[in-house]
Amino acid sequence: MTDKTIADPIAGRSWKLGHDIDTDQIIPSQYLVLGSLAQMATHCLETQRGDFAKECRPGDIVVAGRNFGCGSSREQAPIVLKTLGVGAIVALGYARIFARNAINNALPVIVLPEAEQIADGSRLRLDLAEGVLEDLDAGRTYRFEPLAGLPGRILEAGGLINYLRAEQTA
Amino acid sequence: MGMTLTEKIIARHAGLDHVKPGQIVSAKVDLCMANDATMRLNVDIFENKVKATRVFDPDRVILIMDHQVPADSPQTAEVHDLSRRFAERYGLTYFYETEGICHQVMVEKHVEPGMLVVGADSHTNSYGVIGAVSCGMGSTDVVAVMVRGETWLQVPHSVKVELTGSLGAGVYSKDVILNLVKRTTVSGLTYKAVEFTGPGLDGIAVPQRFTLCNMTTETGAKSSMIAPDAATYDYIRAVRGSAPEPDPTLFSDPDAVYEQTYRIDLGSLTPQVARPHSVDNVVDVGETAGVAIDQAFLGACTNARIEDLREAAKVMDGRKVAKGVRFMVTPASRSVYLQGMREGLLDTFMSAGAIVNHPGCSACWGACQGVLAAGQTMISSGNRNFKGRAGSADSNIYLSSPATVAASAIAGKITDPREFLR
Repeated sequence: MTDKTIADPIAGRSWKLGHDIDTDQIIPSQYLVLGSLAQMATHCLETQRGDFAKECRPGDIVVAGRNFGCGSSREQAPIVLKTLGVGAIVALGYARIFARNAINNALPVIVLPEAEQIADGSRLRLDLAEGVLEDLDAGRTYRFEPLAGLPGRILEAGGLINYLRAEQTA
Repeated sequence: MGMTLTEKIIARHAGLDHVKPGQIVSAKVDLCMANDATMRLNVDIFENKVKATRVFDPDRVILIMDHQVPADSPQTAEVHDLSRRFAERYGLTYFYETEGICHQVMVEKHVEPGMLVVGADSHTNSYGVIGAVSCGMGSTDVVAVMVRGETWLQVPHSVKVELTGSLGAGVYSKDVILNLVKRTTVSGLTYKAVEFTGPGLDGIAVPQRFTLCNMTTETGAKSSMIAPDAATYDYIRAVRGSAPEPDPTLFSDPDAVYEQTYRIDLGSLTPQVARPHSVDNVVDVGETAGVAIDQAFLGACTNARIEDLREAAKVMDGRKVAKGVRFMVTPASRSVYLQGMREGLLDTFMSAGAIVNHPGCSACWGACQGVLAAGQTMISSGNRNFKGRAGSADSNIYLSSPATVAASAIAGKITDPREFLR
């Protein structure tokens, strides 16, 4: 798992999900005891999208509705998404703990009021620094507020641990 | 301008005179709790990524095994062993393996009014019941606190829930919070600090207030708060033998700003039930009457305290669990279990045909005891009815008060507890 910088565009297909996707759906509780994140990741979203763990490619983008990541504090949820190569999440909104966990793991979480307009399987191109999401199949461009402040700096540093390390050596 | 109690406590821990909603601060943390559900990841981050060699204070980093106790598989046993060795290696003063559910143990033994507490569990905001600011976090954030003893926080906007009147027979704080989640929806209070207030609180005992704070998580809230009163200190004294001196500064200023106010007349409430698969899918118990159940579960950090056992036992008394129904009772902690034994409540449940389990999270999260098969239905006193949370993705979970759970266990279908309390 290598962390790209915020300046690198993310390109992949959209995986469309609904509202209130909870962390039990992202990684069901019975798999949390598995020894490796790679093993856990094979069960990611299996009750929602049976093909997700097998078919997800690096750069693919999860597109969801309201309250994405609600439920448990388990950080395994954003980590398994990242392990499968998910480049970013685009949603109407996020549960608090999930959003923070995602940023801590350098997984961009973008709030986009037009998320529901994006079709499943669309080719997307995301520029985080510019705040632009292009839907190449639909020929549409969406603009969003790039993540700013401390959360933005954590994301840019490649996650909380890198951020704290950099802070210590600064 | 005045501050809410939540803002006051955050300001105090950030070393500031005043904070306002939206402000990002760095705050000192009093207690940091983690449990077995995420310890494998916590240890990996602590030792392999952060390469930490010590915790900030061995008295203030508390590990509690509760999600899969006793171990139900070699992998779970390994997580417990990993946690035990972590506690030994860094000299942690408190490592609980068999005491009960983390939030119950924290409230019984550790949390004090005015504290700032974080935990590696989404229901950590329960400690608002003691007048502490508390919130759940993921592993990286929790490890950062274990090492540094501080964290960054965005000061939440506060929302007031004003309670008036008193609860009728067969209606409990669980019905109050289910009704509130219905009104707010499961994301309506995302990132807010919820403060329960009003004269209605006087009639709700501290253990029942716990249920209110616990389920604010299901509105998306960051934290919950009930300003400490005489009942709070009495409760602490009752469970610990002593209590800290009451701090007269722990109240919300009269001119504190609330983004929104919800008002609930307790006397107008009826028993409530959350239907599958969302906690805000709440209806009057009458609307679910007749839904057949395979399992009834009285447990979870939401509702497995001694008062919950007493209310359920009142319903159960002299009656039998319906044929074909498994009724599982899992007290929240060792002290609740012992008290339930002394009062004969566990006898009542076992005689009625129930199973009484060792304290732990149990069927609420579906990774160990009482897992549901495809097509099965459970009524639970827990806090979540997500699809597949307690077993098969094709099972159904309904949420209710312990009395409604007990009434349903007797009837074999979802039942208004008032039918058995007349």
